[in-house]
Amino acid sequence: MSDNTINIDGQTVPFLPGQTIMEAAMAAEVYIPHLCHNPEFTPHGSCKLCTVSVNGRSAAACTMPAAAGQQILNNTEELNANRRALVQMLFVEGNHFCPFCEKSGNCQLQALGYYLGMMDPHYNHFYPARAVDGSHPDVLLDLNRCIMCELCVRASRDVDGKNVFGLTGRGIHTHITVNSPSGRLGDTNLAVSDKAAEVCPVGAIIKKRHGFAVPIGERLYDHKTIREVQTEAHK
Amino acid sequence: MPDNNTILLAVQTAAARHGNDPANLVQILREVQDALGHIPEEAVDDIARFLDIPRVRVAGVRGFYHFFHDRPHGRYEILFSDNIIEHLQGKPELLQQMCTRLWVEPERMSEDGLVRVGSTSCIGMSDQGPAALVNGVPVTRLNMERVETMVELVQKGVPLSQWPADFFQVEDNLRRADVLLGEPLERGAGVRAAVEKGSDGILAEIDRSGLRGRGGAGFKTAVKWDFCRKAVDTGEECSIVGPKVCDNTAATVRYVVCNADEGEPGTFKDRVLLNSHADLVFEGMTVAARVIGARQGFLYLRGEYRYLFDKLNGILAQRRRDGLLGENILGSGFSFDIVIHLGAGAYICGEESALIESLEGKRGTPRNRPPFPVTHGYLGKPTVVNNVETYALAAKIAAKGGEWFAAIGTAQSTGTKLLSISGDCERPGVYEYPFGVTVRQVLADCGAQDARAVQVGGPSGTIIGEGEFDRRLAFEDLATGGSFMVFNRERDIFEAARNFSSFFAHESCGFCTPCRVGSTLLKKGMDKIASGHGTCADVEELKRIGQLTRAMSHCGLGQTAANPVLQTLDKFWGDYEKRLISKEFEPSFDLDKALAVARRITGRDDAWAHVSAD
Amino acid sequence: MSEQKKIRVATCSLAGCFGCHMSFLDIDERLLQLLEHIEFDRTPLTDIKHCGPCDVGIIEGGVCNSENVHVLKEFRKNCKVLVAIGACAVNGGIPAVRNNIDLWECFQEVYHYGIGLKNGQIPNDPELPLPFDQVHPIYEVVKVDYFLPGCPPPADAIWKFLTDLLAGKTPKLEYETLHYD
Repeated sequence: MSDNTINIDGQTVPFLPGQTIMEAAMAAEVYIPHLCHNPEFTPHGSCKLCTVSVNGRSAAACTMPAAAGQQILNNTEELNANRRALVQMLFVEGNHFCPFCEKSGNCQLQALGYYLGMMDPHYNHFYPARAVDGSHPDVLLDLNRCIMCELCVRASRDVDGKNVFGLTGRGIHTHITVNSPSGRLGDTNLAVSDKAAEVCPVGAIIKKRHGFAVPIGERLYDHKTIREVQTEAHK
Repeated sequence: MPDNNTILLAVQTAAARHGNDPANLVQILREVQDALGHIPEEAVDDIARFLDIPRVRVAGVRGFYHFFHDRPHGRYEILFSDNIIEHLQGKPELLQQMCTRLWVEPERMSEDGLVRVGSTSCIGMSDQGPAALVNGVPVTRLNMERVETMVELVQKGVPLSQWPADFFQVEDNLRRADVLLGEPLERGAGVRAAVEKGSDGILAEIDRSGLRGRGGAGFKTAVKWDFCRKAVDTGEECSIVGPKVCDNTAATVRYVVCNADEGEPGTFKDRVLLNSHADLVFEGMTVAARVIGARQGFLYLRGEYRYLFDKLNGILAQRRRDGLLGENILGSGFSFDIVIHLGAGAYICGEESALIESLEGKRGTPRNRPPFPVTHGYLGKPTVVNNVETYALAAKIAAKGGEWFAAIGTAQSTGTKLLSISGDCERPGVYEYPFGVTVRQVLADCGAQDARAVQVGGPSGTIIGEGEFDRRLAFEDLATGGSFMVFNRERDIFEAARNFSSFFAHESCGFCTPCRVGSTLLKKGMDKIASGHGTCADVEELKRIGQLTRAMSHCGLGQTAANPVLQTLDKFWGDYEKRLISKEFEPSFDLDKALAVARRITGRDDAWAHVSAD
Repeated sequence: MSEQKKIRVATCSLAGCFGCHMSFLDIDERLLQLLEHIEFDRTPLTDIKHCGPCDVGIIEGGVCNSENVHVLKEFRKNCKVLVAIGACAVNGGIPAVRNNIDLWECFQEVYHYGIGLKNGQIPNDPELPLPFDQVHPIYEVVKVDYFLPGCPPPADAIWKFLTDLLAGKTPKLEYETLHYD
């Protein structure tokens, strides 16, 4: 065995020094389910969907550095059941109503539900009271659908250089807030062309008047699983 | 409401005192709140401007800590400690009585803005509870009489400074002293030894002593310090490389941090150390600084212990005057100083990487590890974080050498351990024991004659029943940060587990899914059982959620949040069983209660306006 | 096969829009095929008012009022297998959007301030089902054995689901027929 390989579900996967398990896996077209991770951004490690077993211990693949000889379990029934439970938790802690969500079909949370065979949200719903902010002319912010992945936070800070979004609150009351004294998105300097306006994996931040540009039935995950889509995207 | 000029002045003053440094944001927010009563939006804007950071960051930090408020919260804020021990000693009745007498609802400010009465997580007074924080200052030994007096004082608007002094009396309750607390160390002896023996010499003694971290995890102190002193900051990347050893003059900046965020419910031994042995603690920090080559140290003091803040700063000042701190310590050329940062109500900040985030003026979210603080700590620099007790012991070891210490305790757990004992015993307080003592011995010594269970190490630790009282307190058996809560035969262990579940749900930082949602689901599940609607299916569900939370969570909080439920289900099943109803399924909510609003609106109370249990 | 006792099926819509039932009808001529194996108890297709002993109960819609609970419990009591069909039964769906609107405000809007209303009164007739403060999916009120999400689930999904169930298998949908919308 060479010094810089890891083993995922029996498959030998090479890695470059400094790569995380997720990065090495993606490069080798090995799919590890993930939600808060986006290869364009610094790994975050909050959704825990990408939890794998590394030498018998749980670790988030997106933040765990690859190290020679790691024996990793990924696509196992147990791990996928846990991932399904996490998706269910995300569904019940927010207000996710796919039937009228413009993101439906392009939504990663939904797509992971499909991929992991989620038939129901299982847990009792929290039905939290969350705000919808339509004050921005081009972008809608609907906190009902937010999953706290902080991709908008990262995009606005690291790519747009604007810090339009941030987290406040704590625990189950954690939520996105925006960078204006009024607390309204319309009073921030967010532009529709910003990375932060398009990076949301769910329907919490959506561009207005684009909702049905691609009809239902022709959307990203309508015919292909998120595994196929994300593996192809990385090729 | 303060006007804009008042706000501006408050912000300007606080920001200037802290060098307009965003890393001091938590401290600045606290001082602004002190001046204004709360932190209004205008203050957030001003702070953002002075520190040159986005307002969203200021608002995010303000929203994270329990003790920060974005709106007025009463000229008197009375927060009852929600520790289970104090709960069992009558906290709910006392709180209710106070609310009734003041005509307020719990957690809601009175309409005239006079007072708010609520609860807060354990404030470290469970040896002299029930206790409460009144405008941040602890009032101990609450009873109905004291509550009555407090009500009068509040209603008359008597300033806190004029309240009876004995209300604020905090006893050390030191019941058993051993080598740490029983044998005084000459002031400065540890620092003198550090200066004389140097980094290698002291590290060798610490290594010889076998000292392990006293926060509970028990990492070898010498190894941690050695990692840190070998860590070299190469700009972006900082890595452990050997054998180069850095000293004060090296380019790499390193930090010493003392974790005095004693938040584990039922612990208060650090309170006693800081109240009566602070010199020893600062001495230990200075020793650590000498070993790793740090110039700067921080004591992260939990907001609940704010009443010690001035006293501790006074001790630091005296140490500087005595040449034990500051520039050129004892004329050796070694310089090191300590700043005290106050927390603001967040249990998670006891997790070392969350503590560092908080020190940096951020939300207390635990970091991804690796890298670990020894290489990437405060401001990304190599940092040693240790418990208060660890530093106190290190000072002694520096002065007296490692051998004598290693001779105490057990093979894997050398030395002594401070226990914070509370609950059903005659003599609650702080006890120092050599590691390896049995639970039975401790129970006998503290006068717990009727113990049914002991929660060792707090909610995140281990609960044991009578059959396990011969187990030993040591890393080999029952590891503990020091919390030792005793429950007698009349106590309901289910209620303890439910209290702990609420605690974790309340204190979860919200960063990762399994802890944020899982801890809330656990709390809801326990509440359902408590309400008499729980079934065996609900219990099975709790187990599954518990296992998931344990396996998938980001940090120790989430990984241990299910311990109370999972352990008590295993060991105290009877306390659950008697509450469960023998149905296959029970709705997630009280159906009839869910019709109450509609009944009220329609004025109906007929049979069809109700849903029976079956 | 024809000698075999037919599987008795009941269906109903609680806080739903009957869209799932419409989708069920969209299995078109396969309905005849299905009827060789099943017979209906209470459904919108029959005129049976109460659910009797059944093999399978299929519930569309969530639980929004007291009557929903009575019907749901009757189904649970009488059906060996209970299936939640559609988004509303599975997570409350569109009706649950009212969950964070105060019930008093809802009533005011509907009975006092609605367009064309004058001197409106909130009805208090005992015959009217009383609404809950929130709408819930049916699995929060009774035990549910199977879920078929979708708004509505496509006819093919319903067909596959039912045929699997009738064949005694755990229903399993193809990727493209599993939908939450």
